Amino acid sequence: MVRKVLGWITFVMVLTATYLVFLWVPNEKVMGPVQKIFYFHVASAWIGFLAFFVVFIAGIAYLVTRNSFWDSVGAASAEIGVMFTTIVLITGPIWARSAWNAWWTWDPRLTTTLVLWFIYVAYLLIRSSVHEQEKKSRFSAVFGIVGFIDVPIVWFSIRWWRTIHPVVVDSSGLAMSSKMSFTLIFSVAAFTFLYFYLLSNSVFVERMRSELSELKEALLNR
Amino acid sequence: MRYFAQVRALLWKDLVSELRTKEMVSSMLIFSFLVTVVFSFAFEPDSDTIKQVFPGIIWAAFIFTGILGLNRSFINEKGNDCIMGLMSAAVDKGVIFLGKMTGNFIFMTVMEAITLPVLFVLFDYRMKGSPILLIIVVVLGTLGFAAIGTFLSALSVNTSNSEVLLPIILFPLITPLLIAAVKATAVILAGGEFAEWSNWLTILLAYDIIFTVIPWFLVDYVLEV
Repeated sequence: MVRKVLGWITFVMVLTATYLVFLWVPNEKVMGPVQKIFYFHVASAWIGFLAFFVVFIAGIAYLVTRNSFWDSVGAASAEIGVMFTTIVLITGPIWARSAWNAWWTWDPRLTTTLVLWFIYVAYLLIRSSVHEQEKKSRFSAVFGIVGFIDVPIVWFSIRWWRTIHPVVVDSSGLAMSSKMSFTLIFSVAAFTFLYFYLLSNSVFVERMRSELSELKEALLNR
Repeated sequence: MRYFAQVRALLWKDLVSELRTKEMVSSMLIFSFLVTVVFSFAFEPDSDTIKQVFPGIIWAAFIFTGILGLNRSFINEKGNDCIMGLMSAAVDKGVIFLGKMTGNFIFMTVMEAITLPVLFVLFDYRMKGSPILLIIVVVLGTLGFAAIGTFLSALSVNTSNSEVLLPIILFPLITPLLIAAVKATAVILAGGEFAEWSNWLTILLAYDIIFTVIPWFLVDYVLEV
């Protein structure tokens, strides 16, 4: 029931966000329509970081409680995080090609995002290379914790390089027109709903899967 | 005190078995020479480019060679199921981690102590900075690498494709270590000022502390029977 309601809210919100981005919000003066990729780019980046934070929390919760529910949450969240970080890494260069005239630069934000992506792909690889359920949960929880702690250090070590990524949010607030900031906030909210909808679905699938494997094992042992 | 005696006993076991076979250090040495030779073919050895990428070559050789040692460090224990014995021994799991980590650190340092002068000779590199500082950077970099590497090696040894998995899960995590080590080495080789390398050294030191303490806590969950 909750998942159904969440699904409908998400559907309406993402639809509205798409309308806002493509028809309602004005074009940026210098960059033109290509700037519109920014609304989904930022929203995806936000989901990526949120998802990896959830992996970290779920990892701690799993190690403390040993409840396989938290393992499912971590696994589902890591999958979603990798997917949205991939979207960030694809939409970024599309925009950068027209704004910076280069697909990629080794700027702190870009590099950190790339390293983040590698860390969580490694997380998924660990999951697929351990076959015992309990061991898989334990190892991925541990790696999710260590990986998340590494991210700020990665960020600081890379920051000594020159930054050319636009800083949209600083201490003085959002540096753009009100229609633009509304669209941005709305698409971030829509993506957050999308994240929780996807999360609840993948957790559900993950639970079904482990239930199935338990049933299979019970049948074999009969 | 008992704790350190246990760590020492474990370390001693690794050192003695290595001294008898000399398997790991010798293969690591040959491998690091080979990496060096590969680099000299990849970049023109007499050109100026080599002077610029020299710090990178040093660390690439150390890291690639280090992976070999890390992979062996727990896989060696798999023979006769020694790993099970280790894991069920009546010691704190942190002891196993510290013992293995110190062993890996020592093997890597031996390899580096021989490789580094060879690198200087082969590429005819004249350093302007202080050798003591270079040694400090190498030691700090190796320490962090051995710490997180030993931890992930303990994790990956229990998986189905451990030898391929280890570099894949280790390399993203050592990004800060690698950047800081290469930058610090570059500045020190060129005889840079204190202000130029102190930041990088701080990162190295912070990384070493964080990634020794956290794995030391979490290793209980990795080596659970």
